Amino acid sequence: MAERIAITGVGQTHHKSKRTDVNTPELVTEAVEAALEDAQLTMKDIDFVVLTSFEMADGQYLPDLWVVPEFGGVGKPGFKIQNAGTSGGVAAGAAFSYAASGMFKNVLCVSWQKMDEGKGAFGRGGGGLSEYWQSQIPFSPITNFARRAFAYIHNSGCTEEHFGITRVKQDQCAMKNPYAQLKLGLTLEKVMESAVLVWPIRFLHMCPSTCGAGVFIVSPEKQAKKVTKKPVWVEDWFCVHVGGAFTMAEDPTLSTLRYGCQTVYKRCGITNPLKDIQAFEIYEPASPAELRWMEEVGVCEDWTAWKLMEEGKVGIDKEIPFNPSGGVTATNPIGATPVIRIIEAALQIRGDAGEHQVPHTVNRALATGYGGQGENVIILLRKSY
Amino acid sequence: MADRVGIVAVAQTKFDQKHEEHLTETLVRVTKDVMKQTGLEFKDDGTGIDSTVAASQDYFGGLGGIHLHYAYTVGAYKRPDDRVEEDGALAVAYGAMQVLSGHHDVVLVIGHIKESACSKNQVENLGMDHVYGRKIGLDFVAAAGMQAMRYQHKYGITPEQCAKVVVKNRTNGRNNPLVMYANGITIEDVLNSEMVADPLRALEIKPNPVDGAVAMILASEDKAKKITDKPVWITGMGMCYDHHELGYRDLADCDALVSAAQMAYKMAGIKDPVKELDLAEVSEHCAYQELLWSEGLGFCGKGEGGKLIDKGTTSMGGELPVNPSGGLLSGVPLCVAGIQRVAECVLQLRGEAGGRQVSGAKKALAHGVEGPAGQLHCVITLEK
Repeated sequence: MAERIAITGVGQTHHKSKRTDVNTPELVTEAVEAALEDAQLTMKDIDFVVLTSFEMADGQYLPDLWVVPEFGGVGKPGFKIQNAGTSGGVAAGAAFSYAASGMFKNVLCVSWQKMDEGKGAFGRGGGGLSEYWQSQIPFSPITNFARRAFAYIHNSGCTEEHFGITRVKQDQCAMKNPYAQLKLGLTLEKVMESAVLVWPIRFLHMCPSTCGAGVFIVSPEKQAKKVTKKPVWVEDWFCVHVGGAFTMAEDPTLSTLRYGCQTVYKRCGITNPLKDIQAFEIYEPASPAELRWMEEVGVCEDWTAWKLMEEGKVGIDKEIPFNPSGGVTATNPIGATPVIRIIEAALQIRGDAGEHQVPHTVNRALATGYGGQGENVIILLRKSY
Repeated sequence: MADRVGIVAVAQTKFDQKHEEHLTETLVRVTKDVMKQTGLEFKDDGTGIDSTVAASQDYFGGLGGIHLHYAYTVGAYKRPDDRVEEDGALAVAYGAMQVLSGHHDVVLVIGHIKESACSKNQVENLGMDHVYGRKIGLDFVAAAGMQAMRYQHKYGITPEQCAKVVVKNRTNGRNNPLVMYANGITIEDVLNSEMVADPLRALEIKPNPVDGAVAMILASEDKAKKITDKPVWITGMGMCYDHHELGYRDLADCDALVSAAQMAYKMAGIKDPVKELDLAEVSEHCAYQELLWSEGLGFCGKGEGGKLIDKGTTSMGGELPVNPSGGLLSGVPLCVAGIQRVAECVLQLRGEAGGRQVSGAKKALAHGVEGPAGQLHCVITLEK
């Protein structure tokens, strides 16, 4: 990397299933203004804009064109990047690249989704699926995670209840996050009573439709130190896309998350993830996924996460600080979701997460973006060098 | 720019209607082509292609995250693979930025679209705001019609001057074996063609549908010199957003393009583009745009686009040939257009442009545009 870079400001909206009071540009502007205020900057200071949203879930072709003028982006250089579920992750990578080039001072990364205006299910259903056969069968994120959850039960020996316990833990975290959408006060019974969509995935296991936006500002070292006393350094990022992996002959359980994390850990000299990283914000679109993701991120052995979950070792103030924000099952504005993971990870490092702040010092935090059938973007942040 | 990024290989398909070919097949052909030219393969140990940046459009493919599904067919499997959902020039710029950031050394950039799979005006109607533009039936051609009207009215640009652009580009295109709408038409033919969006006539609008793909490989300076003895250097990049609401701008001017061009010229150290550049490949989705964009790019003063074409400055053999390849009017797909402009500049600077070669070309400019009436511009300057 040419220059060290740091996140100097973050902002997000209060996420809701419907925002009929605002249109898309207005929704996005709420988060942009929050991030600018956080960094104590104005739009005049911004010299590059990277935008992202999952177009089809917005129901808008080139939505950046509509959004940019509202928050003051006219006259700025910028562009939109989009890769379905990982959109926010690749957009963050683009913002990091532009900042690391040293050619720009303050790069604004803007992400959003307004799912009350688009056909989200259509967008997600079509996400990276072959028109020849996958989209001919009811293959969607729900069936995808049902397949994964089924395999998890088979391989780990856990029961359906463990997915319920995981969902309750996610909800308990979300209850403490002022920005989270679903704060349901769940009990195991409530989760187990919810309708089966595709067994073992129940209604309450799946992420919701969300309207929301997430924005951060990233700058090269010198500028970052000028802007804030609490820069959050971007140590590394790595995008692993596989496309039609599900159709590949290779073992479908061979995870991009595991591969991506191992790559980043190797580059950053991390040998014991649970010791070296003190907060995890991982994109889990369905509650059973969190168990497998814990294993693939490397915080526990394969097929053991459910035991840790059962023993209550996972949570904001627990041994394994996994998704203290409540995660994606509580809030999922698709295009913005990976950026919100980064924002939450940055807040944990700064110690500004409020009620869902992990109690220990966070020197490193890991954020990911997930999409399609197994795409991942891995972002590692750190407190200081 | 502190460092230079080199383009070490380019490949283009023929631009036609590929009814019998899946988009993945088109993609594989151009990708294999640039891999063969350079001997590079997808590698994760830093000895091959490190990353992929694509330009494509979900709505035209009818698939959410369309590139996610297609990347692995070319071998971009289990690796960095981003997709810029804009005109292809912006994908080239981002690919170059991945190199300049030091995060990657060798980046494959591809642009692909199948216009024939979709209704362009329906999709572009979805590109207007929900509240007003979409409901009155605006699409990018209708927006261009309004811009052409305003431009002609404010600066006295004549329909004949716009028609000259079509004749020039379609004549140039006859030297480009990859385009299929290059034929010997006359100004009368253009002026007698069907009225589509007053004052725009059918022959003044980019032919649609056209399918195709372009691939290129970018590399850091050190690697580029090792990979090829004919690298073409990216010397400047600029881009800029304008207002979406057409009523918020004076459509007769293109302020965003002026900013984008200034940003690129500053990086490249270009002060007098007409004198310093040897050719330009400009994205004219409609004929009048080549004149208007020429003003924005500083090839002439405001409102002087008509005189520029009358003087023959932009013809082959003129002081600054614009669109020797035949331009978009000879039939190039949207989205692919920007990266194809860059590819054409690369061929020119390598002296490999065949019958459309501008002799002795050393510096070139490629321009891409996205959105209604040119809302987002991208300018890339290149040097031998």
